[in-house]
Amino acid sequence: MEHFLGFAIPGIPYGCTYAIVAVGLVLTYQATGVFNFAFGAQAYTSAFVYTKLVQNEQFPIWLAFLLSVVVLAPLLGVIFDRFLFRKIPNTNTTAKLVTGLSLFVGIPALLPVLFGSQNQYNSPSILFNPETVYFRLAGTPVNGIYLSSVIVTAVVLVALVVLMRFTNLGLQMRGAVESRRLVQLDGVNSGRVIATAWAVSSFLAGLAGVLLAPIYGQLQAQDYATLLVAAFAAAAWAALRSLPIAALVGILMGIADTVLQGYLPATSTLSAAVLPSLPFIVLVAALLLVPGMRRLHDDKDPLASVDPPPPPTTAAVRAPQLSRVIRVLWYLLLGAFIISMLSWMPKTWESVFNSGLAFSTIFLSITLITGMGGQLSLAQATLAGVGAFTAAQLANHLGLNFLAGAVVGAVLAAVVAVVLALASLRLKGLGLALMTIAAALFFDNSVFSQVGVINGRALTVQSKWVGLGILDVNGHSLFVVLMIVLVVCMAGVMLVRNGTTGRYLAAQRGSETAAAGIGINITWQRIQIFALSGVVAGIGGTMLVIQQQSVNAAQFNYELSLAFVVIVITTGVSTIEGAIQAGMGFVVIQQLLTYLPARFGGNGLTFVLFAAGALTYVAHPEGILEFQKRRWTMRFQRLLFPDEPSSGPPAPRGHDGGGGNGAKVPIGMPSLEGSHTGVVTPEDGTGLEGA
Amino acid sequence: MRGRKVLRPQVAVDATGVPDGGSLLSVTGVTKSFGGIAAVRDVNFTVERGESVGLVGPNGAGKTTLFNCICGQLRPERGTVELGGKALGRLPTFQRARLGIGRTYQRVEVFTDMTVAEHLLVAERARCAGGQLWRDLGNRSRPAPAELKRVAEVLDMVGVGDRADTQVSALGLGSCRLVELARALVAHPVLLLADEPSSGLDVRETQELANVLRNLQREQGMAVLLVEHDLPMVAQVVDRVVVMDLGTVIAQGTFDEVMADSTVRHAYLGTSG
Repeated sequence: MEHFLGFAIPGIPYGCTYAIVAVGLVLTYQATGVFNFAFGAQAYTSAFVYTKLVQNEQFPIWLAFLLSVVVLAPLLGVIFDRFLFRKIPNTNTTAKLVTGLSLFVGIPALLPVLFGSQNQYNSPSILFNPETVYFRLAGTPVNGIYLSSVIVTAVVLVALVVLMRFTNLGLQMRGAVESRRLVQLDGVNSGRVIATAWAVSSFLAGLAGVLLAPIYGQLQAQDYATLLVAAFAAAAWAALRSLPIAALVGILMGIADTVLQGYLPATSTLSAAVLPSLPFIVLVAALLLVPGMRRLHDDKDPLASVDPPPPPTTAAVRAPQLSRVIRVLWYLLLGAFIISMLSWMPKTWESVFNSGLAFSTIFLSITLITGMGGQLSLAQATLAGVGAFTAAQLANHLGLNFLAGAVVGAVLAAVVAVVLALASLRLKGLGLALMTIAAALFFDNSVFSQVGVINGRALTVQSKWVGLGILDVNGHSLFVVLMIVLVVCMAGVMLVRNGTTGRYLAAQRGSETAAAGIGINITWQRIQIFALSGVVAGIGGTMLVIQQQSVNAAQFNYELSLAFVVIVITTGVSTIEGAIQAGMGFVVIQQLLTYLPARFGGNGLTFVLFAAGALTYVAHPEGILEFQKRRWTMRFQRLLFPDEPSSGPPAPRGHDGGGGNGAKVPIGMPSLEGSHTGVVTPEDGTGLEGA
Repeated sequence: MRGRKVLRPQVAVDATGVPDGGSLLSVTGVTKSFGGIAAVRDVNFTVERGESVGLVGPNGAGKTTLFNCICGQLRPERGTVELGGKALGRLPTFQRARLGIGRTYQRVEVFTDMTVAEHLLVAERARCAGGQLWRDLGNRSRPAPAELKRVAEVLDMVGVGDRADTQVSALGLGSCRLVELARALVAHPVLLLADEPSSGLDVRETQELANVLRNLQREQGMAVLLVEHDLPMVAQVVDRVVVMDLGTVIAQGTFDEVMADSTVRHAYLGTSG
């Protein structure tokens, strides 16, 4: 027993921190309806500022704590609420997810840009001295870190349970999550209630960040992301409802982690594969077994029909003449691009654009699954990685040509995607996002790290595996191959979109209930679109490693999966050109930023820019770039063809008092919600209840 | 649909081998509870081929829940639903639709990215179990002339032919209900479940809808199960009425018979006189 406790007790501080974060997630969800993906980033921000104030600016600990946790953290939460989440309709799960993801990607990338990229070390403990052993429990020394975690967690839990169950504010919070507009009709200032909830939950994020900082030694955003996943799992077991269950599971996970570490041989494969995956296994189990997680998307706002409809896509509003002009311009641009790539383009930029073509292919898989399928998958980089690693391993072991390997890799990626689709058949929205992120993390920690090395060395792509002179630095074969692959994938996506499958998917996005009611096999359509997106991602992944001539786990980690979604949403997830613009924009911006001082280079500022773009998703679900395109298109249209009527559909009625139905889903613009989108409520007689 | 095998609903129904005189829909002992509250309790009734039956009752009587059990969107805890003598059991919704059950919804469910005509095209193809990915990739999925003709016929029949190319999101609620009805009718259902189809329609539109439903039943022999609060419309359309209250069937018979029933008057109007 003493042996067991010796392993279990060190897990308690971790467990307590998981518990605080999980409780914070549940509180945010209960009070605002938002599953806050930015929670880890908020925790990291407070920890970063706290450590910087103490270590670099020599602030006393109490003052640094006050500024970073009591002031900054709630302030961030209130800002997020005021400027972002408050603008999102309660029923629009996708917008909430995308906004949270944008913050998740953008905040950790922003901090080094703002404060410099030097690392932060040795964060001090807030309550007790971490070095001092206060007493022994079952022979295990209990130091200041243990004591701080346990005491703070206990106080926080009791305070929150009292707040939610026994106070008027808690009752109002629970009412506001259903419909903030409905509680307003009862005379409650729902804005203030929700802002308070954001402040409290963000305070918890900051508290967890600062509590955890001394345990890590060096502050890294990655650690806080992993912390977040453990908290996801704990919150999921509580069905995002019960604070005590979330806390209990969080603590148990911390303990299980150290107990397993203690009992499993340190060098065993089991230890290497299972331990890092523990949070993801627990999360997947919760998603599969907890009924409440399957019903998350059932939440509805009775007043949802008052939300205005999102606008149509640019293509839908263009006059035919302008469409023709734009088409000709696109062909000219494409011709100029191809000629330039084959003639005068500097090698650096040729490489950049080649990389953009590969990314565009991967991003097409997001157009398929998210734009057409209406499913928010956060594992597209993982699927790309499955294709890439398969091709690399086949080349390494069997000498199979990389291009042939790309086909096998694409098939394997499709198989993984299908397994993912089958595992998440009953999930959508948040549940599906969590399932896919769990899969991505599982592959990161347990698969790619194992298959990415051969005999201890990272895999590199060799010329003999690829052929066709593709890796010849003086040739253009790589560009030609990447271009052909992208065009074939684009054509495939276009044909599917315009075919019966595309129509079925559009029907599903409109209303799953009605789609099934007319004979569409929803399950089969979902499996098909997952498989197809797996194929495209797998091919794109292989193209990327051919271009970069190396294969490693960092190229396909889960953070990139999230960033990819954010990038494509910024440029337009519903159109094929949106994927191409995302691929090219991503690499071109990265390259341009290399001309700036070092702290602005790399992925950091690129992610910040795209995350900022994706934060506009609420206002512009068609993508901020798509919105700007439509705006400028209309201006040019009025200028060039003043007499030409728009070729697009008529504007939806219903919010101008005109008595229309007020559709809230854009015309020609997919909703990501699945069911509940095309619903007209007879009660109000005016509105389509949208995403 | 070029070259595609068409799975017509009547094929499946006839395949059950039930004589023409047998009930088309049999609901036997169906019970469905939510959180311990029985929304539908031991409900029994039948709908004959070509018959129009009204399912009426006050709000909360369990009518829509029963519809959902018939369509497969809910699974009853007890009881059976048979179509043409064939137990539907655990058959999923989309397969029941392909057997010939068409439906409209209490809360209108439309495909907001689509035009009116596209609604019918997708429904026609889905009911025929059409749409393989490889056909899409081979660019062989364009609508066939026969499909377009059928769509135009149904749109004209329902009265929205002039709005075929209008985005459904630009239509009013009444038109959306008609689009829903057309979508359900396009694939020749043998049984139409219409859930409060006149809700949101004005008097003229309600009358036109009643005419459409009556004609469908009389001229095409389609069975209709109609949930409706507009009793004058029910009286026009149905041959027989089943009355539900608090999850159970409290009366069955002709419209006049059930309206004269004191139990029905008490449940429906709160009076016993």
